Amino acid sequence: MLNRKWRPPWRPRVYGSELAWAFAFIVPYLGVLLAFAVYPIAYGLWMASSPSLYRTLFASDDYWDAVVSTALYVGIGVNVNLFLSLLLSGFFMRPRRWVKAMLVVSMLPWALPAQTGLISFHWMLVYWGFLNSVLEKLFGVYGPDWLTYYWLALGANIVAHTWKTMPFWTLILLAGRTAIPQDLYDAADVDGATGVRRFVHLVVPVLSNLYLVCTLLATIWMIGDFNTPDLVSGGAPLGSTDVLATVGVEYLLDQGKPELGVAAVMAALPVIIPLGILLIRRLQTREVQL
Amino acid sequence: MSIAPAGPRPRRLRGLVSAAGAALLAVVLLIWWLLPVYNMLLIALDPEGKTEFTGDIWPAAPTLEAFRGVLFQRYWYLQDFWRQLGNSSLIGIATMALTVLISSLAGFALGRTRLGKGSVISTVALLVYMVPAYFLVIPFYRLMHSYGLLDSLWAVIAADVTLAIPYAVIILQWYGRLIPMELDEAARIDGASPGQVYLQIYLPLMAPALAAVGTFALLTAWNEYLYQFILLSSPRNKTVAITLATFFDNEDTPWNYPVAASLLYALPPIVLFFAVRRYIAAGLTLGSVKG
Repeated sequence: MLNRKWRPPWRPRVYGSELAWAFAFIVPYLGVLLAFAVYPIAYGLWMASSPSLYRTLFASDDYWDAVVSTALYVGIGVNVNLFLSLLLSGFFMRPRRWVKAMLVVSMLPWALPAQTGLISFHWMLVYWGFLNSVLEKLFGVYGPDWLTYYWLALGANIVAHTWKTMPFWTLILLAGRTAIPQDLYDAADVDGATGVRRFVHLVVPVLSNLYLVCTLLATIWMIGDFNTPDLVSGGAPLGSTDVLATVGVEYLLDQGKPELGVAAVMAALPVIIPLGILLIRRLQTREVQL
Repeated sequence: MSIAPAGPRPRRLRGLVSAAGAALLAVVLLIWWLLPVYNMLLIALDPEGKTEFTGDIWPAAPTLEAFRGVLFQRYWYLQDFWRQLGNSSLIGIATMALTVLISSLAGFALGRTRLGKGSVISTVALLVYMVPAYFLVIPFYRLMHSYGLLDSLWAVIAADVTLAIPYAVIILQWYGRLIPMELDEAARIDGASPGQVYLQIYLPLMAPALAAVGTFALLTAWNEYLYQFILLSSPRNKTVAITLATFFDNEDTPWNYPVAASLLYALPPIVLFFAVRRYIAAGLTLGSVKG
């Protein structure tokens, strides 16, 4: 369809059939898209089309609490996560066998199902859970009731999410580092740039594009993250650490207002769509850049 | 730990400091990665699963009773554990197979035929897929109601496949750039149809990326529990994830049983992950840096 103008004069039939094959190959992808993504989104927009829903929503403190919590959760979480992943990927560049073995162990949090890994964080943090026991037995400190303070509960969500997803980003950034040609390291060495200066003047500029792509992807994922806030803090204290993904479900299950739940999340689309466009553009231009 | 290279003294000293720092960092990292797992083991090994009041930081009287209770379905709440694990496995395996099939077909069409690169289809499709799946739970429920798929494992599989596909396609498109187009063209000149190129050139060469995508899809299905919770209702179709979710909501139950069950539930994806981890490293990484 797109390239029909440029049909080479030789063997035209092959190219015609190639297009047919290509369409046949893409039909399942587009079919799933239409049936299970486009349709639910359209249905959701229709469910949440009444302006009165948004008036109710914007007048509700729960909603604004969720917006603020989502912004903090994602804004702090993504940056902490990716910056630590970038540093950690440097550690894995060490050419030692035990470091390679540790890379294997490091993937455990990512491979562990959310219900096993994240619920463990919840139970470490409940009053007189593991964390407070350790603080008392080893350091003689009486820890707080972690999930009753807003910032501690929000921080717990961020820490747990970082624990779970950092291995994935570390692996991708590690690959970015290993792709830096050795010549560049050698040249930096000759110029006397080691340690921090090599990191700032060589690694950071070379990896900046990959880092940006990872940041965008991590942001989209984290805005849509339901598991961590649900399992770790469970919205405690008093629903204040609920994010948009969990508040929507809460409107449905606890309050029986599905339309309001849909409106709450659909209101976030103006933020997500530009991020998605930026990400896709980055993915497409990258093949030109390097 | 490591022997510093022979050299002038300051350099050797720096090597030692660096090695000591790395070792210290390694200890901290190991604690960080393994602590939540240790905490789960601690609860599962406790005879009553109540470590939170005793303040134990190591198992005082470890017992495998909870694991036995789960495996032989002795605890009433877990009497269907094996059938539920079967349902979870069916969802996981079907999600994996469908994701690999659909995304590899799409990746081939978008990346290796002239339908593809930068076309409106791939951009718009990817964008639509990127709307977070957890935002769509409510419309999805209504939709499955109208499709007549409520309380069917296939509804969950559809949700999980939709969840996994966009990222699968991204990974495959990244990785696909590594495979020279000349290979396809040579095969075409020899008279191979696009279908043959897909089967005999694309799939074998993409094996690492496909392994990464498949594992990613299985982990997605294994991590996900909200859709299962909302879409499946009859006891026959319940999964381990649903049972654990309802268990965890009930604070009175002894925790050692659900924790033991969740540790057992964690084993299949971990086994798969470590079995194909070399492919995953190659599949996730090579493509991502070649851009």
